[in-house]
Amino acid sequence: MSPGTSPGTSTRAVDLRKTYPGRRGAPAVAALDGLSFAVPDGTVFGLLGPNGAGKSTTVRILTTLSRADSGTATVAGLDVAREPDAVRRAVGYVAQKPVTDPMGTGRENLVLAGRLQGLGRRDARARADELLERFGLTGAANRLVKTYSGGMARKLDVALGIVHRPQVLFLDEPTTGLDPEARAEMWAEIERMTGDERMTVLLTTHYLDEADRLAARVAIVDRGSVVVEGTPSELKDGLHGDTVVVELDASAALVLPDGAAPARARLTRLVVEAGLRDVVVDGAQVRGRAEVGSAALPGVLATLDAAGVPVASATVARPSLDDVYLRYTGRAYGAADRTGAVVAEEVAA
Amino acid sequence: MSAVVETRAPSFLTHTGLLAVRALRGGLRIPVFVVMQLVQPMIWLLLFGALFESVVDIPGFGGGFQGSYLEFITPGVVMMTAMFGAAWAGTSFVQDMDRGVMDRFLASPTSRGALVASTMVYQSVTAVVQGVVVVLVAVACGARFDGGAGGMLVVALAVVLLTALFSALSNAFALLTGQQEALIGISQLITLPLMFLSSAVMDPSLSPDWVQSVARYNPFDWAVVAGREALSATPDWGLVWSRLGWLAVAALVLWWLATRAFRALQRSA
Repeated sequence: MSPGTSPGTSTRAVDLRKTYPGRRGAPAVAALDGLSFAVPDGTVFGLLGPNGAGKSTTVRILTTLSRADSGTATVAGLDVAREPDAVRRAVGYVAQKPVTDPMGTGRENLVLAGRLQGLGRRDARARADELLERFGLTGAANRLVKTYSGGMARKLDVALGIVHRPQVLFLDEPTTGLDPEARAEMWAEIERMTGDERMTVLLTTHYLDEADRLAARVAIVDRGSVVVEGTPSELKDGLHGDTVVVELDASAALVLPDGAAPARARLTRLVVEAGLRDVVVDGAQVRGRAEVGSAALPGVLATLDAAGVPVASATVARPSLDDVYLRYTGRAYGAADRTGAVVAEEVAA
Repeated sequence: MSAVVETRAPSFLTHTGLLAVRALRGGLRIPVFVVMQLVQPMIWLLLFGALFESVVDIPGFGGGFQGSYLEFITPGVVMMTAMFGAAWAGTSFVQDMDRGVMDRFLASPTSRGALVASTMVYQSVTAVVQGVVVVLVAVACGARFDGGAGGMLVVALAVVLLTALFSALSNAFALLTGQQEALIGISQLITLPLMFLSSAVMDPSLSPDWVQSVARYNPFDWAVVAGREALSATPDWGLVWSRLGWLAVAALVLWWLATRAFRALQRSA
């Protein structure tokens, strides 16, 4: 990007489609079904969705590792299908899987990555030391990566992705599998990194709080296409009022197993009559929306009590990306992630 | 704001060197592996040497081969070790593909040709060291090679070309299947028959005609013939260089095919 050009969206996907052939007689799986988005330059953009929604496939197409059946994608203004070599010089890619060589030391991994990216020997060493320092890995620099903790190895993964100061960095599920402490550290690193290097970052995540915290804009991906896109606050403001969540007692959950449609329909009707809208029953959890949650809650509890449905807890909250997801996909986020995981495993098998 | 670091155009040779060093370093860090690599060829040599020692007494063996059986099979065992080792070259690709290491390389300007070539270099270095061990053991057991240092250099060249050929084949299989199991297939279904359909441990002129015909088109036998001829007192250099030439052509073709296999990987990804 030459200086002087106004900030644009030089990384974008337009109507990407990709179908994986079904194996052993299984039906074909449509991983991407007309997926489109545009990333404002120099910002963090979040692709948010459950496992199997098509996020990783999208990233693999944008980093030239895979090809779309149709549609176009540009990265830093370069067409991924027509100029793959130029795209590879412009991007950094941190895969969902570990990208480090376990039989090399942290420093060796970084120096090799730098040299493969075209840095001279001295530049590569200097850059490796700089990144080791920044990610707090200097003490472990000369240890084999196989001795690293999960959090340390993941930091090195990210360092490997930015060793050549890419214009666009792809982070595919950067904190999956990390414990909460390592996750918080990684968030801080990503925030610092994007501030310092002024990169465009495309982040995929299935953690709503991660997208909320890191991304300037978010696209919610479901079943291979983007269902809604905007800043986290735009998306949340699109939902008026508060979220009311009622957790039913375990004994009520027993009479409401998945598939007990009449019981769920009755429960939904009850809660709607009590004044909530957009009501969804997911297992033992009932979610709905109200203009003023605290005012609506007593009526809801009284209605459930009168109908003999025992309640374990009830909360009122400002809308979260959870609610955005629910609103646009019609499914609670956790439930989609579970079914999505099955699809993802089938694709990977 | 830090300035963008100046990057040079990626070079095939630089990348091959960098990746070969990575492979060598990784290999040396597993001492058990190093020991096994050195002991195994000795076992081949001593096992075959003892099992078939008296075949040289069969009338007509070796078409006038003058030396002992140990001297006959030494180049054969050197090439066997090289081929069997190279058949597993794809293992490192499979490991890199299981992790995200291969994806990281492929999403960067890393030369595809260098990824393949670096394993050819790594396997060649291993095979040459193993070959030296085999020859030293043979000499310690009384074998003598009239070809001398020049002959040994030609054997080393044959080892490198043979290793390059089978490393590329193994890499291509690894990229197309992504499975360690496919490499077992190469070892069992390709290299083992090639070993027996050659003059490595037995003179094919004593075998059925069809074996001799197959041996003529067997790249493994090209390496064995070139090596054995170069170690003899009066090498037929025409034969040596023609076999080495064919090996070089085959290795180049397979290197090219393995490099093309990255495209198949991208299509299926």
